[in-house]
Amino acid sequence: MNHTCATAGSIARRGFATAALSLLLVKASAAGTSGAFKAGTFDPPRLAPDFSLQGSDGHELRIDRFRGKVVLLAFGYSSCTEVCPVTLATFAQARRQLGAAATDVQVVYVTVDPQRDVPERLKKFLGNFDSTFIGGTGTDSQLATVRKEYGVTARKIPYGDSYTYAHSSFTYLIDRKGQIRALMPYGHGTDDYVNDLTILLKE
Amino acid sequence: MRARLLVLAAVAGSALAALAWSALAPVRSASRDQVFEIPNGTWARRMSGDKLEILPDHIRLTLGVRDILVLRNHDAVPQIFGPTLMMPGQSFRLPFEQAAVYTFSCTAHASGQMIISVAPYPSTPGAKIAWRAQELWWHTRLLTADLLYRYHL
Repeated sequence: MNHTCATAGSIARRGFATAALSLLLVKASAAGTSGAFKAGTFDPPRLAPDFSLQGSDGHELRIDRFRGKVVLLAFGYSSCTEVCPVTLATFAQARRQLGAAATDVQVVYVTVDPQRDVPERLKKFLGNFDSTFIGGTGTDSQLATVRKEYGVTARKIPYGDSYTYAHSSFTYLIDRKGQIRALMPYGHGTDDYVNDLTILLKE
Repeated sequence: MRARLLVLAAVAGSALAALAWSALAPVRSASRDQVFEIPNGTWARRMSGDKLEILPDHIRLTLGVRDILVLRNHDAVPQIFGPTLMMPGQSFRLPFEQAAVYTFSCTAHASGQMIISVAPYPSTPGAKIAWRAQELWWHTRLLTADLLYRYHL
């Protein structure tokens, strides 16, 4: 499993096809929680560093806006053809499986590609998966600061006349108190997210 | 001459017994945790020019035996450790449930990557022998790295 988005291209049909195929491979139903996290857990948890970015919903995007909800925080870019579509499709599927409880789950997706990912583009991209997802963008400097505080890497790679990014592909799980509780590596399926979100939602 | 034959037979018998044990005894581990720790003072030593490699760039885990990666930061400053940023005094525990090769971005390594290979449980005699040989090699490497760190070599 490769945990970077190093392949170039625009928002490719191939990416969505990959995502759809991956979802077909995931079990259709959540089999309940095992009581233990499937993600990597932090002890003690630390407060998620706050930031101020432009949200794809037209509002300022701050992580503490979602205090009281469980947040899935991921980093990527809308032109990613391999990792990001799979991750976002998994989030969307997990929210569907959670049913009514999903109202307390917020997906936040921070771009590593501010040149292309303006708020409108992020909104359209994320809307392909779930209209409740909120994207964040900002200046190079703002985004670099956010990445540093979350230990996220992103490396721009020239590709012909365009470019792509190699970036961290894990997802942070932030609890209702705003603490970073867990880190889910790329490759985990819907059931693992449902398992961990259910644990956090019950707290 | 007879005494020499007896010694040879004893050595060969012992070797065969060891091989049989390696091939047949169930693989167990006291703990399923594979622990890596950043000792206090690591940042200071790096700043003074020491090239410390705390976390190998390739970690091997085995399902059902040692399949939980545990990282601990005992240093006084935050550290990028494997796939994540860890605060002073913080630990990170990552279980694996699928045999696969996982590649993480990791700025702590010159390659920019950290690979975690998770192997299936060694159930066949050949797999058990291979696993035990690999364990021996792995612990030798860890012991060497620990001695190098402790004695500033």
